[in-house]
Amino acid sequence: MNAATDTPGLLRLRGIRRSFGEKLVLDGVDLDVDAHQVVALVGASGSGKSTLLRTVNLLETIDDGEILLAGEDVSDPRVDADAVRARIGVVFQHYNLFPHLSVLDNVTLAARLVHRMPRADAERRGLELLDSVGLAGFAAAFPDRLSGGQQQRVAIVRAIATGPELLLLDEVTSALDPELVGEVLALVRSLAEGGTTILMATHEMAFAREVADRVVFLDAGRIIEDAPAHEFFTAPREARTREFLTRFLRE
Amino acid sequence: MPEPTQTDAASVPDDRGRSGEPSWQPSERELERRSFRRRQTRRSVLVSAGSTLVFAGLLLWALLGSPGWAKVQASFFDPEVALASLPRILEGLWLNIQVLVAASIGVTLVALLLATLRTLRGPVFFPLRALAAGYTDLFRGMPLIIVLYLVGFGIPGLDFFPRVPVAVWGTLALILTYSAYVSEVFRAGIEAVHPSQRLAARSLGLGHGQTMRRIVLPQALRKVTPALMNDFVAMQKDVGLISVLGAVDAVRAAQIESAHFYNFTPYVVAGLLFVLLAWPMIRLTDWVSARMRAREQAGSIV
Repeated sequence: MNAATDTPGLLRLRGIRRSFGEKLVLDGVDLDVDAHQVVALVGASGSGKSTLLRTVNLLETIDDGEILLAGEDVSDPRVDADAVRARIGVVFQHYNLFPHLSVLDNVTLAARLVHRMPRADAERRGLELLDSVGLAGFAAAFPDRLSGGQQQRVAIVRAIATGPELLLLDEVTSALDPELVGEVLALVRSLAEGGTTILMATHEMAFAREVADRVVFLDAGRIIEDAPAHEFFTAPREARTREFLTRFLRE
Repeated sequence: MPEPTQTDAASVPDDRGRSGEPSWQPSERELERRSFRRRQTRRSVLVSAGSTLVFAGLLLWALLGSPGWAKVQASFFDPEVALASLPRILEGLWLNIQVLVAASIGVTLVALLLATLRTLRGPVFFPLRALAAGYTDLFRGMPLIIVLYLVGFGIPGLDFFPRVPVAVWGTLALILTYSAYVSEVFRAGIEAVHPSQRLAARSLGLGHGQTMRRIVLPQALRKVTPALMNDFVAMQKDVGLISVLGAVDAVRAAQIESAHFYNFTPYVVAGLLFVLLAWPMIRLTDWVSARMRAREQAGSIV
């Protein structure tokens, strides 16, 4: 298939390959995410979910394949990677907030430095966003004063503060205590309902089923099944998907 | 299957109040424990004061009772000589302070440059990396006094800079030697910042330079502040070595004064002045280190 002649979805991955030494982590991945879609990546640990997200954001190089963002091949080495990253928001499993900056500075950093927004404007917008997630009271606090769930919500606000075209979520609840998972998922749900395009790696099957438009099952670096969420959970086509779901449901 | 809790983002609680009960009074048992602890503290203070007095008394008795004490006192601790030599030595100390300030600024700049060069990746930067590595190896190995001689007598010998005061060459030698040490401290700090911090910064679209300046360096400096202050304290007394080049600093002034009075007291005066100069920084270094240790043990992130 010639990707260039396709009608451009927001994100199109074609034949993505990536190996670390001997280990082949991504073995020819094709994946589409259309604007305002929520796509959940599921699969066992080590199946390549995180690596796939990092390749989309060009934080990881690929050995072969194409990454098309709004029709442009961003995997081309001549493309300015920093400019591409500025168009994509990422939230990490371990929040990765900057500990030496206040919550508000964390949120406004990219707007000020990358998008050259005046500080006053960036801070007004940052405070609005923090307020919308109930954290405006922590604007001046440093991240280590916050609970894990609060830190992760700040990390999500930081990622969406500059209005990225695509939001990547890398197991954003995996490092949280169970009672803190809900507040973070609630925020992701409200973003999805607001039309944000999201590609998320997750272990939260109930959440994926409820929020995602499509669920993609990755196993050993290959996409085994790519189906609408409802179908994926009620009538999986592939035997390996069924096996994965059974194992997950039993746990 | 774990069912996510249904919470609305807007209704998530802001802060959880942590007010203690206002009506709490310590129990009898607790009051008794506290008074026991107070008695213990008072006892330890008395014991340590007593032991210090006895120890100091013994030392003084040994010193004053030694057969040569009178001679030593006359040639090292003569108050009149001390007072007479003080103005000249203070004048010399002013030169030391100027050298110290200039060298500190120079060391910071050169060391930051060296540390940044050593963290550059990519084949293009190999020569710069190698140069920086060679530099730090050379100047960490070479005794400061030899660097002083080579710079202080060698460079003027080239006759390019005929009218430069020797103190300037002394400062340059200090910068050469100390920036090698300090750059290693910076580098250790840069490497101690977790890679995920760099990743997060780059994911926001920050470039390599912005990431270094805004994210990595501020965290690195915080981590190595005690080590940097320690190097500063070491340099504070090593500025006295510029006297070997003939610069009239506190040490050289003391030498001149002691030749004049045929008495060693000026050296003691100069030594005490250096201690006084360094003391606030030494205390500050200890305080900062202790505070950082306490913070780390409190389990804060970073």
